[in-house]
Order: sequence, then C-alpha cells, then structure tokens
Amino acid sequence: MAVIKTENLSYVYGEGTPFRKIAVDNVNIEIEEGEFVGVIGHTGSGKSTLIQHFNGLLRPTSGKVFVDGEELWKDKSKLRALRFKVGLVFQYPEYQLFEETVYKDIAFGPTNMGLSRDEIDRRVRETARMVGLSPSLLEKSPFDLSGGQKRRVAIAGVMAMEPKVLILDEPASGLDPKGREQILGLIRDYHKTTRNTILLISHSMEDVAKHSSKILVMNNAQVFCYDTPQRVFHRANELEQMGLAVPQITRVFNRLKARGISIDEDVYTVDFGRKLLLERLKKE
Amino acid sequence: MSDFIQAKNLKFSYINEIEEPPVRTEVLKDINLEIHKGEFVAVLGHNGSGKSTLAKCFNAINIPESGTVTVNGLDTKDEDNLLEIRKTAGMVFQNPDNQIVATIVEEDVAFALENMGVEPNEIRKRVDEALKTVGMYEYREHAPHKLSGGQKQRVAIAGVIAMQPECILLDEPTAMLDPKGRAEVMKTIKQLNREHGVTIVLITHYMEEAAQADRIVVIDSGDIVMDNVPKKVFSQVSTLKNLGLDVPQVTQLAYGLKKAGYDISTEIITEDECVEALERILADA
Repeated sequence: MAVIKTENLSYVYGEGTPFRKIAVDNVNIEIEEGEFVGVIGHTGSGKSTLIQHFNGLLRPTSGKVFVDGEELWKDKSKLRALRFKVGLVFQYPEYQLFEETVYKDIAFGPTNMGLSRDEIDRRVRETARMVGLSPSLLEKSPFDLSGGQKRRVAIAGVMAMEPKVLILDEPASGLDPKGREQILGLIRDYHKTTRNTILLISHSMEDVAKHSSKILVMNNAQVFCYDTPQRVFHRANELEQMGLAVPQITRVFNRLKARGISIDEDVYTVDFGRKLLLERLKKE
Repeated sequence: MSDFIQAKNLKFSYINEIEEPPVRTEVLKDINLEIHKGEFVAVLGHNGSGKSTLAKCFNAINIPESGTVTVNGLDTKDEDNLLEIRKTAGMVFQNPDNQIVATIVEEDVAFALENMGVEPNEIRKRVDEALKTVGMYEYREHAPHKLSGGQKQRVAIAGVIAMQPECILLDEPTAMLDPKGRAEVMKTIKQLNREHGVTIVLITHYMEEAAQADRIVVIDSGDIVMDNVPKKVFSQVSTLKNLGLDVPQVTQLAYGLKKAGYDISTEIITEDECVEALERILADA
C-alpha cells in the first residue's frame, strides 16, 4: 500500500501578487511502504516544497495528499495524529537543538505525543543507541557536543517519534567523507531494522545511487521520474540537461559503451562496476 | 620571494575563556608549508582536522600562537599589514547566504571596494569586470536572494575578485550546492587560476574537486600528513580512508582491479584516464 500518495498536488507561492510562482505543479505520486527513496532535483526544482506537504507543513493550493491511506486536510482533528506519522529532519538540524540535556531534547517529540514515561525512556535510549550516542552523553548539554554528535541528537529526536515515514533533507551536508558514510550508514541501519519508509534528499548522486531502492527526480516543479536507480541513471543526458548529474562511475561506463564496448547493464556504484569488470575479464 | 604564502613552525590554539580555568584546544601543531604564486592547492582533512583554521591563518583572521605566516612577504602578526594582507588574499566561505550583504547583485560586489575608498569610476569598472569573469554580468541588477546557490556563490566570488586579490582562499564553497552549481563554481575557480594567474587555496570534501588541483595538502590533527600532486595522494587509498577521507570513484575502481591482480595504474584520477585504462585492459583480455 502507498504510505504517501498525492493526487494532482499543486502549490503556488505568492498567489495574487506579481511574484506568483508555481513550486509544485500537478504532482501525482505513490510511495510504497518500506521504500528507501532518494529525492534529487536542482535548487529550486520544488523538492523541498513537495516534501513539506507530506507532513502537512504546507497546505496544497489544489489537489490532495494521503498519508497511510488518510487524506491529510480532510478532517482537521486528525491532522496532528497524521503528522506524527511523518518525521521531517531539516538541513543542518543541529541548529534546532534547544533543551538542557541530550535526553530531554530527544524526548521532546515523544513527550508531545503524550506517551508514558516508560515508553519515552525506552524510545530515547533506543534511538540514542541507534544513532551511535553513548548513554553517558544523555545527561550532557547538547551544546557541549561536537557538530557530528549534535546532528545525531537532532536525528534521534525525530526517530524517537517512530514515524512511519522519515524524511531527511541533506543529512550529510557539510560532513567529511567518513562522517557522511556514518550518518548514511545509520539511516540505512534504521531502515533495515524498522522497515519504515525513508525519503533522503541529497545533491550527491553517488550517495543516492548507493543507498536508495527508488529515486524521485523533481524538475521545474514536476516529477520528472520515479523509478529504480538503474533506470533513473540510465537517462544520464536528460539528468545533465536539468542541472543534475550521474555518478562519476556511471559516466565512465557510459563512455565505454559509446566507444563500442558492449556492456549490457547500467553501472551506478563502484562495487557493481568492479564486479561486472572482473566477471568479464575472467570469462575472456 | 618565490613563496607567496609561507607558514613556518605555525602553531595555533583556540582558547575557551568561558571555562575556569580557560580551556586551550591545540588545533595546528607545527605547520610548515609554502604555497607558490599561481598555484592551485586543494586542502583535505576530516571535520576538525584544522584545515579551516589553517586557511584563516593565511589572511590574518587567525594570528599564529607561535611561528610565523607571511603573505607576499608580509607578516600576519604585524597589525599594520592587515589591510594589505586582506587585499592580497580574499576569502570565500561555505554558505553564500552569510556573505551577501546588499539587495542588488552589483552593489554587493561593490561593497568591499566602497569600504576601501576606491574611486567611483574605478568601482564601476572593477564590478563589471568581476561579474563578467564569473559569468554573472547579466544578473547585475537582480536581487541576490532570488538567485540559485551556485549563482549566489559566484556573486560572492565576484565580490572577492573585485578587490583584485592575488590569492583566493575558498572554504568548502560548493558544500551547499547542487551538481550544476558545483560545476559552475569549479569552472570559475579554474578559470581564475589558469587565465588570471590567481593563486587558489581550496578546502573541500569533494575528492573529484581536489583531483583538479595542481597539488593536494592533507591535514590530520593539526599536522600536514601528505603534500603531493593529486595522482600520488589519491594512489594511497587505504591511508586516505584511515584519515576519514576518500578517493574519486575512478581511483576506487582502479584500486579494486589492481587488488584483483589486473595490470592497471593506481594513479588514475580522471574519467579520461579511467576510460583509457579500462579500454586497454578489456582489449588485452
């Protein structure tokens, strides 16, 4: 079943002013439960505006949004409960920490959900462990932590609400390669353990290629395509025309093909490319 | 004066005076580095390794605790040199939104020049030239907040080059940009270096960007641990990974094939080189 679904969703900024701009234009999409979706699109393509509809931060100008089968704006009394199903981690979330201790910061969301003390405690400890924060850090001020640790606290705070859908906007931006891999690795582990749906917004084609089961490409306020990484990166020329790119490894294999070397499959990760080459070299 | 920027036994610590007694964090231990005029140097290192701190020593934002830094022969410790050093080495930061001050592109580019007391006619000329160099001249009358990230960052770079610095220090200028924005900024940087002879110090986490430099300096825990041409640096795949860094995908692929026993260079860092090498191996087999 689709956990997120939109029907003819449109959103217009500045309606009735000279600055009117269509940010989301008639989008129809169904995201199945349990997918790991990479969301890509150039700056201003509408991807942030789109995902802000998924937990009701923005109300559609026209069209509908369904979360877990229920229409988001149909019955306002249900809106709050539906919002808890979709967790949103903004870019640079470490700037949103505010509590006295790490524990209290992670507990903020679950507390607002009206959970019991025991349940809150279980969730705080479990998510802290999941994001790799040692129990000794829980009583510290979040402002005494390193940048990478702060970001983990912020992500844990959203995970602790156990949303069916977790949306992360550039969670690895500004981190070094190892830090990137760690953050993306913990999101992957979370996905494996919980089987909850993940939407990962990123400008790194390499990261998206490596982790996603599906990729959603936004272009000029519309969905350009929603498909497997293999089929999305197959359209290298179109992606480049819209200001995106394909992973470096994909470009290399595309050029080999253009030089007349027959390679049947599309390559979008280094591991797969190496495997393919080794098999081929052994055969010959 | 062959060495344009020179660091000698440079040591630098941050001191947190809120704590009692004050807490000293040593960031740069004993840096010795020479950057030549016209060079394009990339600086790599994990978060907290000290690379941004080092770059800030090059335009006198940070003053050495001990040791010396000279820029074009001027000691950064001497306050009388400050203005001249800042004019010589301009800095571009990660987030373009934090660097843009005016509401019109050309006014933003003119900001530093006005502060420096440059003649109005000269300002007009320099602003136009700077905007043309970064390919933003058509946008001179636009509002900066309506530009894309890559365009904003190029406006920030124009603001620096309008001061006609001999060197530009860039601290992760592409971290917040989409692939097209990154490509635009890298093209601008390379052009400034190759066509205008501007010395470039580029701090980045993108290995493909570092691969385009003349030289790579790797910093770890306040020390320089590698300093060589990109080919040589990236051929040390396991060393780099242990430092929390990475290599370009093409280097990673070549390394994997080499480990499996195939005859391929481990000094492959560009797509062209990789395509050539793979074609050859596949033809030999």
